[in-house]
Amino acid sequence: MSAKDDTGRGGRRPVLSVRDLTVQVATEAGAKTVLDGLSFDLVAGETLALAGESGSGKSMTALAIMGLLPKPMARITSGAIRLGETELTTLDEANYRRIRSARIAMIFQEPMTSLNPLMRVETQLCEVLLEHGICARGEAPARALRLLQDVRLTEPERRLKQYPHELSGGMRQRVMIAMALACEPEVLIADEPTTALDVTVQAEILDLVRTLQREHGTAVLMITHDMGVVAEMADRVVVLRAGREEEQAPVRDLFAAPRTDYARALLAAVPRLGTASARPERAEARKVVEVDDLSVRFDLAGGLLNRTVARVHAVENVSFHIHAGETLALVGESGCGKSTIGKALMGLVPWQGSIRVDGVQTGGRSRAAMRPVLRDIQMVFQDPGASLDARMPVGAQVTEPMRVHGLVAGSELGDRAEWLFRRVGLSPDMLRRYPHEFSGGQRQRICIARALSLGPKVIVADESVSALDVSVQAQVLDLLRELQEADGLAYLFISHDMAVVEGVADRVMVMRLGQVMEEGPRDAVLRDPRHPYTRRLLAAVPVPDPTRARPPIPDTAGIEAASPIFPVGRGPARVALEEARPGHRVARAT
Amino acid sequence: MGAYILRRLLESALILLGITLVTFVLLYLVPADPARQIAGRSATAETVANIRDQLGLNDPLFVQYGRYLWNLAQGDMGRSYLQRAEVADLIAARLPASLLLMLSAIVTELIIGLTIGVVAALRRNRPMDHSLMIFSFVSISAPQFVIGILLLYVFAVKLAWFPIGGYGTAAHFVLPSLTLGLLGAGWYSRMMRSSMIDVLSQDFVRTARAKGLAKVRIVTRHVIPNAILPIIAMIGIDIGLFMSGIVVVESVFGWPGIGQLAWQAIQRIDIPVIMGVTMVSAAAIVIGNLLADLAAPLIDPRIKTK
Repeated sequence: MSAKDDTGRGGRRPVLSVRDLTVQVATEAGAKTVLDGLSFDLVAGETLALAGESGSGKSMTALAIMGLLPKPMARITSGAIRLGETELTTLDEANYRRIRSARIAMIFQEPMTSLNPLMRVETQLCEVLLEHGICARGEAPARALRLLQDVRLTEPERRLKQYPHELSGGMRQRVMIAMALACEPEVLIADEPTTALDVTVQAEILDLVRTLQREHGTAVLMITHDMGVVAEMADRVVVLRAGREEEQAPVRDLFAAPRTDYARALLAAVPRLGTASARPERAEARKVVEVDDLSVRFDLAGGLLNRTVARVHAVENVSFHIHAGETLALVGESGCGKSTIGKALMGLVPWQGSIRVDGVQTGGRSRAAMRPVLRDIQMVFQDPGASLDARMPVGAQVTEPMRVHGLVAGSELGDRAEWLFRRVGLSPDMLRRYPHEFSGGQRQRICIARALSLGPKVIVADESVSALDVSVQAQVLDLLRELQEADGLAYLFISHDMAVVEGVADRVMVMRLGQVMEEGPRDAVLRDPRHPYTRRLLAAVPVPDPTRARPPIPDTAGIEAASPIFPVGRGPARVALEEARPGHRVARAT
Repeated sequence: MGAYILRRLLESALILLGITLVTFVLLYLVPADPARQIAGRSATAETVANIRDQLGLNDPLFVQYGRYLWNLAQGDMGRSYLQRAEVADLIAARLPASLLLMLSAIVTELIIGLTIGVVAALRRNRPMDHSLMIFSFVSISAPQFVIGILLLYVFAVKLAWFPIGGYGTAAHFVLPSLTLGLLGAGWYSRMMRSSMIDVLSQDFVRTARAKGLAKVRIVTRHVIPNAILPIIAMIGIDIGLFMSGIVVVESVFGWPGIGQLAWQAIQRIDIPVIMGVTMVSAAAIVIGNLLADLAAPLIDPRIKTK
């Protein structure tokens, strides 16, 4: 079955039909085409995925359909968007307003910022209902409650009266979905709806979208960069690249036999859980990081004298070590304390316990005394755009650590910078450029070069590839691997992405609420997990294969509600680890 | 909440104590003799010395300061050197006029400033925006006594729409409030404009548009309440600026407030009155800040008073 035959879906008329859509954005260098002749149809009840990497025009398509392109910079220069009998490209603002939410609704990537922080959930839901005349003012609250029940939000009555900041990311996304479905639209556009969420929450939200779609017959346009989500959700896929359609096919055909080189490369770059090759055997090396009983607590002040009334127990009694040349992956959901451990290692947060870097105790040191330690341990952060100084040439940023530590001076700095740039696969003639002149992947290479400049023994990589497209992600991971093999670097690899972790880790440590749930060799933890929490995390990872259904996630009751905040004098029950097999420690089930 | 207010009040008392010390030391160091001011130019050195002795001005600084604090603790702000009246009475007689002027000036500056800010942000980079920003720039730059005299000349002398000076009816408030409020209006219009532009690009505004809401509702319910948050903290700080402006404006318009009282006292080194006026203005600033901090969580549910 070819893509053309499929668009008609047995002759059913499409609810949404996009033809030759071209969008241009005004830039200083003149008009730039960001969407070029895109065409697709969407039939009631089906899910069409728009897949592609950043800059491919996925979100532009969504905004063009919603009539929300940022004016006056972006505009539709040609093409047609038909919603049933209505042509949208020529519609005036007043009529467009009546269509938004009523006939096409949209949910966005960032549930944390997509709701008005000053308005109760109830008001935000009711205003859609009232604006589109769905019900009378008096009935609106009851209807809003029913919407929250529809999206399976716990304690819906209480949620109505709450403000967005009182809800978790997953709850907020449910509220967004409730809002989007308030007027029973024909089309729902979901723009990366689960990208900002933890995998288990992602799985729940995707389930919810599927269920609601079945109940209401809504057509879903799913915009995502995640081929796992595509495989799980889509009936058909449009693969976009630089504003053009690369390939349009039913989901199974695309995954089984991609016709274009680009789609093939894109699918090949997707990390798949359970397919990673074996890690190279390492000779038993010395320990470069030894952490014993590490705890990090943040005080919360209050009361008359502003004394500490409660503490966030971000990390509790965590012990681990990393050998030279080894990668220890730290995984867990947001708020589990994994990034805090990275910061404690760098001396960026106050901590208790013992941390040794290459045998040197780092506790109780002043900032100045911490410096020699930092030569051995460096960090690479998540957002390469934000972790480089926008107003300093990249060459100067890469050599700055050497200057600060007084290791290299004068003309030698330039030579070192060139050498570092070659190490990370960048051309030395780029040294004088500024960060905005580089792509995301190149920027992360610069950050890695900066981390390497002091010749560290350990690198803390905190979600270092999470913000990158899969193809770029694979290249950066390869670079990290090469550096490790050449220099015997040790990595503390902090990530939420289990498939990526599988590709890089020698050992894996799973954390929850500041404590270790399971720790051991990669294959033991990821292929034969013993702790229910690890199993749950692994089960929630979307499988980039439409022929394999993801197994249902084990029951999650009570897990979301747990909090690491305790009154002074109390703390979480200490989790005891038992050795399930040599080197594989598992928290005793409570 | 109660504990928070109590703690803030205790902090405020400490701040006021610090202000009395700084003011007292500064006045002590001023190279002018209050006794000579009281006695007059023709008085003999002996008379002046007598007065100095009577007022305890020969005592060491810490004794004088201790005495002042002791009296203050008992609610006694001292007697004016020149006006033969209790400082507390002098201030009490003039404070209401100043507070009313301040209140009407704050309302004026907020109405003008916020309106301009909102309109300019919604018409960003268009001629309307540019002309409003020129206006705000002028109102920030122009000295208050110039604006005051200009307004007086045009609206009181030439057009005779408002009284030239004095205090009593609503009409008396218009020109002084405008004079005092224009400076702040300029500041607030710029702050509100950039705050609005910031909020207009937020995700939740895009959500509001995607919901198909009318533009008026998006602006009034989603954008303005969020844009106004950073302004609220500013209003508390702003009262300090008002206090300095009030001295000038009350002189220009002959407004019977504490600004005039302060002006006269400063000219003649009437230490108890200067101290009293300073204390009252400092208290106003501290209370203004406290009110602003207490108002913030009422508008922004994310802020908890702890």
